[in-house]
Amino acid sequence: MEKYRANLLMCAGTGCVASGTPKVRAAIEEELIKKGLENEIKIVLTGCNGFCAEGPVMLVYPEEIFYQKLTVAEVPKLVEEHFLKGRPYEKLMFKDIEKRHAIPLMNDIPFFKHQVLRVLRNKGLIDPDSIDEYIARDGYMAAAKALTEMSPEDIIKAIKDAGVRGRGGAGFPTGLKWEFASKSVADQKYMLCNGDEGDPGAFMDRSVMEADPHSVIEGMIIGAKAIGSSKGVIYVRAEYPLAVQRLQNAIDDCRERGLLGNDILGSGFSFDLEIYLGAGAFVCGEETALMRSIEGQRGMPRPRPPFPAHKGLWDKPSVLNNVETLAQIAPTILNGPEWYRQLGTEKSAGSKVFALTGDIRNVGLVEVPMGTPLKTIIYDIGGGMKNKKKKFKSVQMGGPSGGCIPEELIDIPVTYEDVVKTGAIMGSGGMVVMDEDTCMVSTAKFFLEFTADESCGKCTPCRVGTRVMLDMLTDITEGRGREGDIETLQDLSNDIIATSLCGLGQTAPNPILSTIRYFKDEYEAHIHQKWCKTGICSDLCSFEISEDVCTGCGACARACPQGAIVGEKKKPHSIIQDLCIQCRSCYDRCAFQSIKIGPAKEKDKTAVAVKDQEE
Amino acid sequence: MAKLTIDDLKKIKEKQKATFTLREGGSRAKITVHMGTCGIAAGARTIMTALIDEITKAGVEDVITTTSGCAGLCAREPMITVELLNKAPVKYGDLTEEKIREIFSEHVLKGNPVEKYALVVGSETTY
Amino acid sequence: MLQEIDRVIQQYKGKPGSSIPVLQRCQEIVGYLPPEIQKIVARGLKTSAAEIHSVVSFYSFFTMKPRGDHNIRICLGTACYVKRVEEVLSKIKDNLKIDVGEVTEDKKFSIETVRCLGACGLAPVMVIDEETYGAMTPKKVPEVLAEYS
Repeated sequence: MEKYRANLLMCAGTGCVASGTPKVRAAIEEELIKKGLENEIKIVLTGCNGFCAEGPVMLVYPEEIFYQKLTVAEVPKLVEEHFLKGRPYEKLMFKDIEKRHAIPLMNDIPFFKHQVLRVLRNKGLIDPDSIDEYIARDGYMAAAKALTEMSPEDIIKAIKDAGVRGRGGAGFPTGLKWEFASKSVADQKYMLCNGDEGDPGAFMDRSVMEADPHSVIEGMIIGAKAIGSSKGVIYVRAEYPLAVQRLQNAIDDCRERGLLGNDILGSGFSFDLEIYLGAGAFVCGEETALMRSIEGQRGMPRPRPPFPAHKGLWDKPSVLNNVETLAQIAPTILNGPEWYRQLGTEKSAGSKVFALTGDIRNVGLVEVPMGTPLKTIIYDIGGGMKNKKKKFKSVQMGGPSGGCIPEELIDIPVTYEDVVKTGAIMGSGGMVVMDEDTCMVSTAKFFLEFTADESCGKCTPCRVGTRVMLDMLTDITEGRGREGDIETLQDLSNDIIATSLCGLGQTAPNPILSTIRYFKDEYEAHIHQKWCKTGICSDLCSFEISEDVCTGCGACARACPQGAIVGEKKKPHSIIQDLCIQCRSCYDRCAFQSIKIGPAKEKDKTAVAVKDQEE
Repeated sequence: MAKLTIDDLKKIKEKQKATFTLREGGSRAKITVHMGTCGIAAGARTIMTALIDEITKAGVEDVITTTSGCAGLCAREPMITVELLNKAPVKYGDLTEEKIREIFSEHVLKGNPVEKYALVVGSETTY
Repeated sequence: MLQEIDRVIQQYKGKPGSSIPVLQRCQEIVGYLPPEIQKIVARGLKTSAAEIHSVVSFYSFFTMKPRGDHNIRICLGTACYVKRVEEVLSKIKDNLKIDVGEVTEDKKFSIETVRCLGACGLAPVMVIDEETYGAMTPKKVPEVLAEYS
């Protein structure tokens, strides 16, 4: 948006449209041209901002001046005063600035304020089962343009110029992928969609398929035209029944209306697609494995080259794009590459959807311009920690292939390049926020359990290596860590990265490497002091009540399943160490943070056994 | 049904826009229940049932109910959006059956948004 | 039951890459995929039993053991992990006295773990049959299980 001197944000909500936005807009456009300002000032139509009674309304950036009750008659004066002479036109300025709305406005709530909706353009607005409502929001206009006015080369050029990159993880340029497949010569080519969203903590693809299935189909039609494909497959996880149902319904509607099938929109171009249900294997998110899976075999990756653009599904040239990538194709074709580049950075253009989860207040799905600082996403949009008393510790990005970004790096802009520098990856956009009560060694172990389980078993370094690392991490979290374990883990990680065939193995060690990089002291405390400072590893901690903080409220004693906490009312309590099983209930319950977590203690284990027997 | 041409697309777009924006559709209010997997698990179906029940009871015919996908703020599901003719849409969150009945009679029928349950007024900008 | 399986096989016969959809349908019909069923599918699709077994054993969606009347699936995604789904899982295991992958003696319940169900907003999440339960706590476990017994 920087290219323009000023942006006019005109409300296109129902109320303002009814009171005349379209006419005023046309008048302003005409006036700007008359004054030769059309290249300096840009009109953007926005959603409703709640001032319907004052409509039509308009917000002028960068000055943030709010105009109300615009009329066509006032337009020439307004343009002359404000945009030519540079002084706000007071007559139409919003007067009653103090007038507070009882219900907050979109712009008052950071969760909404910082978002821009492109991929999620129809979220919550249309009925996903109604093709007509999709069409009402410019649906299939991009497909019509691509099929009738554009050559495959034009489409590829538009996508390349826009700088669209794959939203599934690695960020490979989509236009380039299409170009490779377009140049391959074959009797049959395949346009595939990857809806096998597997990263734990990411659910943007599910949401897009559920809320706006046609946006994916339209993207595929355009892609199919670009590469010259007549057959497509959407590969969806069987665990997403609602997404499957809505996609199937959308496909049926398209066939009935001739938007899929022979001679689409009378353009002579034919394309049809079907849904293929995944059977639950994380590795099938890898493109060659996904194609093997559609062929009905074990989903194991194979070496590349040959790349799928030359030999993919059934050995025919194929393109596989992720759901979110496809959902942004239609508006890009319709509005052009410059529009796409208005958001984001040079190398990471456009917007990105993130799934915010974990210990964060506003759990949800958000879309922001690429390059938005991580801090804005977590604190403004996400609303900070769910438990206000707890401190932020880390945010995990990129799922099992990603890493944990610590607090000191929270100012980074979120782009493919900046995230990779931290040791994490953009991945599909899952952001799992963790507060100070999260043990980073256990977190690394959690991801290793995942990858060790999901390794397809083809390459030994991945199959055996992840298992060995998992065993080492289990030992560390259970008090059997040894001197040199950290170095061994790092060595093993680098070997696995260097010698695995596919993305799963090459990235599986990332969670370990990134937690060692930023939280090495935690590993050391686990190994040397047998101390898990968060109390998550129950073999490596002990709990004690600090007497000067304890108010004697008794909440901890009531929470303790062992009856290990004793004390008089309103006097400091204490924990009978021999009975304590380190379940952490007292720590979670205490409202005064009087419970301290120390290193493991030698204790008489028979005490617990005797107590159990008594019961 | 006959195959669509590009002209048909434009016609559908215009026709739908009319009903979409309530103006020419003859409806006074539109209530959107956000029904993604999260919303349904959080109880969106109960909300929908209660809503339909209220509409039947009130015997109003100019209120449309429709379903839509996730509204994005999973933490506050189940959510609905209530839009009255020529008024800003209002989003409600953390709904229960009792709350929806109150919202229906106060906001939809009488036109007064229920402040205590409302999350936000207005709609998001799509670029 | 066998007739139904036969119908499914006839429908997909000769279509390349049909083993996974056929097995998915068969599992819907039978509830699980014991060796006998795998052999029937292999014969029907004119492929080897080993080929079919390799597919069944690879994908977590397929099971070779029967499930209980009510199948409990616990999400082990990151968001659920951070919200301590482990405690919910161990409560369920204690309650039913079975481990993951097992069936209770009265065949009523079975427990499985799954990768992310994509309902992270409601973490920790579990699914019983088709019903999703969000924001689970160990405390809620007995009430939820009681709905099914």
